[in-house]
Amino acid sequence: MADAATNPAPAAKGDYRLLSVRQLMWRKFLNNRLAVISALVLIVLYLATIFAGFTAPYGPQDGVSRLSFAPPTRVRFCDENAGCSLRPFVYATTAERSKKTFLLEFVEDRSEPHYIYFFERGAPYKIVGLIPWDMHLFKTRNDDARVSLLGHDQRGRDLFSRILYGGQVSLSVGLMGVLILVILGSVIGTLSGYYGGWFDAVTQRFIETLRVFPEIPLWMALSAAIPPLWPPEWVYAGIVVVLAFLGWTGLAREVRGLTLSLKKRDFVLAAQASGASTGRIVRKHLIPNMMSHIIVTATLAIPVTILGESALSFLGIGVRPPMMSWGLLLSDAFKVQVIALYPWMLAPAGFILITVLAFNFLGDGLRDMVDPFS
Amino acid sequence: MFQNKIVRRALSTVFTLFLISLISFLVIQLPPGDVVSTYVKQQEIIAGSRLPAETIEYLRERYGFGEPMYLQYLKWVGGFFRGDFGFSIIYDGAEVADIVGRRIGMTFLLVILALILSWGMAIPLGIYAATHKNRFADYLLSNVALFGLSIPDFLMAVIYLFVAIFLLDSNYVGGLFSEGFVDAPWSLARFWDFLQHLAVPLFILAIGGMAGTYRIMRANLLDLLDQQFVETARAKGLKERTVIYKHAARIALNPLISRLGMQLPVLLNGTIIISIVLDLPTLGPPFYRALIAQDMYLAGTVLMILAVTLLIGNIIADILLAISDPRVRDG
Repeated sequence: MADAATNPAPAAKGDYRLLSVRQLMWRKFLNNRLAVISALVLIVLYLATIFAGFTAPYGPQDGVSRLSFAPPTRVRFCDENAGCSLRPFVYATTAERSKKTFLLEFVEDRSEPHYIYFFERGAPYKIVGLIPWDMHLFKTRNDDARVSLLGHDQRGRDLFSRILYGGQVSLSVGLMGVLILVILGSVIGTLSGYYGGWFDAVTQRFIETLRVFPEIPLWMALSAAIPPLWPPEWVYAGIVVVLAFLGWTGLAREVRGLTLSLKKRDFVLAAQASGASTGRIVRKHLIPNMMSHIIVTATLAIPVTILGESALSFLGIGVRPPMMSWGLLLSDAFKVQVIALYPWMLAPAGFILITVLAFNFLGDGLRDMVDPFS
Repeated sequence: MFQNKIVRRALSTVFTLFLISLISFLVIQLPPGDVVSTYVKQQEIIAGSRLPAETIEYLRERYGFGEPMYLQYLKWVGGFFRGDFGFSIIYDGAEVADIVGRRIGMTFLLVILALILSWGMAIPLGIYAATHKNRFADYLLSNVALFGLSIPDFLMAVIYLFVAIFLLDSNYVGGLFSEGFVDAPWSLARFWDFLQHLAVPLFILAIGGMAGTYRIMRANLLDLLDQQFVETARAKGLKERTVIYKHAARIALNPLISRLGMQLPVLLNGTIIISIVLDLPTLGPPFYRALIAQDMYLAGTVLMILAVTLLIGNIIADILLAISDPRVRDG
């Protein structure tokens, strides 16, 4: 937007003025409301998971066994004795054996409201695994009355906190996988299109073969081959590589096609004639012209990668405990035979869905944006 | 010229087949240890008995364990011509070919029915949206389509399973038959039961496939309706129905056919993962179990069969396109 101030074109009565391509693109993007909302949702999700220690009231492994499968606590504003207040509060959850069915039933202990405080000190954690801190976005001051927005799992751990920590894996797998995919795809695609010849022939055959394999079964096969004794961080890296291993082929093809059409254009021929090196031509002339396509393809590849990781972890051949991801949390819901009793265990599915939808809407918006003249 | 094209296509197909078998073989070799040792160990743990020494020796000899990689590969591929794809550990040494053969029919029945269902819904809706552009129904359909495109099959299956158990309070635990009908011979009642169970997975698959097809159909038809031959047809005084269905919509189908090659893998992916979640008798569940148990001949063969069928699917799509679009045939 700073360009407007330095733009020498006179804005006659403010009715019309020259807009740079960048400004046109920005306007086009802002016009797509769904894409803007999606971008905001994604920013919130990423921030909330990166700083999971701060946003989550409890630690991921911090369980209370008497709260096994306790339902979400209701956040209230009005108490019979203390009256209503703007500060929300919860009641402590206690388990009682039902006299009829002999099942454990959870009831609220209404004797005393436990208020929720914001920016409250609590269990220590490390921001991004580095800086130690103990501030939490919200929690109660009494650890016997826990606030749990999405209920508890089998070991009485707060599902909301676990989802935030699990998001660190689920959301970063998409970005990491796509980073590898973009590097592989654009380098191989550019070389293949620029040089042609036998290198092109071999890579194209290889890409064609890889694309014939259905991706989920091949992901499953490669991911199942990751040795079970590897430490969790290695498994994580292995999964990222597996997910990127198939994705790059689509981008490589697209980039190759673009390179083929670009390399015959006058400005590339001129650069060649004036003796520019291949590296310079690729860096200064080819890549910048393909950047918008690469960004759109990458954005649309992120949800595919996130889904791949979720599906693999759900099936038990993805990341392994103590690491967490949304797919793994979702599989917990199906380990229990009586999922009907604990519907809140499905919450991770909602997070996967929202993320995937948001990335798809964002990608759609970006696709319109890179073509601002249409 | 035309024959030349076919020969070149056939040669490249053979080469791709070779690469597919090579990648599948690599997948078989990925886990540590060879398949026979895993089998022997598994028999000791589960059945509590050692396999006879001659059986082990026969298997070692047959699949070339201990010999160089390329010999093992050749022995495995050589078996294909006798219908031998290796043996399965989780099915107690049964032939992989038998296990695959029993389930491959249902796999492709699901894929093909889902394809027909998704086109059957997407094409009329696409035509309707294109001819009613910018009306409420068009907006609604387009947004629903984007939504449908984004919901992954496996989540839909998971959510369905939950809904079936929780809301419908049924005893549904997956599969394609009710308890009494699993081993019963085919009858009208069994067929009806089968259809009831098939409806949900089919619908989940079709929704995902439909959204993309619908969007392409709508966009194509919108482009075509602006073109001069449509104006000409209208100027000749043809009925609007004839103009749309015989002139425009007919041509708008061509890109759908050329997209078949991309749509089939998506449907196959969906079928495999839905089958695992809902335990349908397709190739999905044995593939998954084989991977968990490192029963690699079964897993690798299923992977290879899936890839080969997709290759065949691509070729069929190309032939269909050549029939449907004369420019492809002669150009």
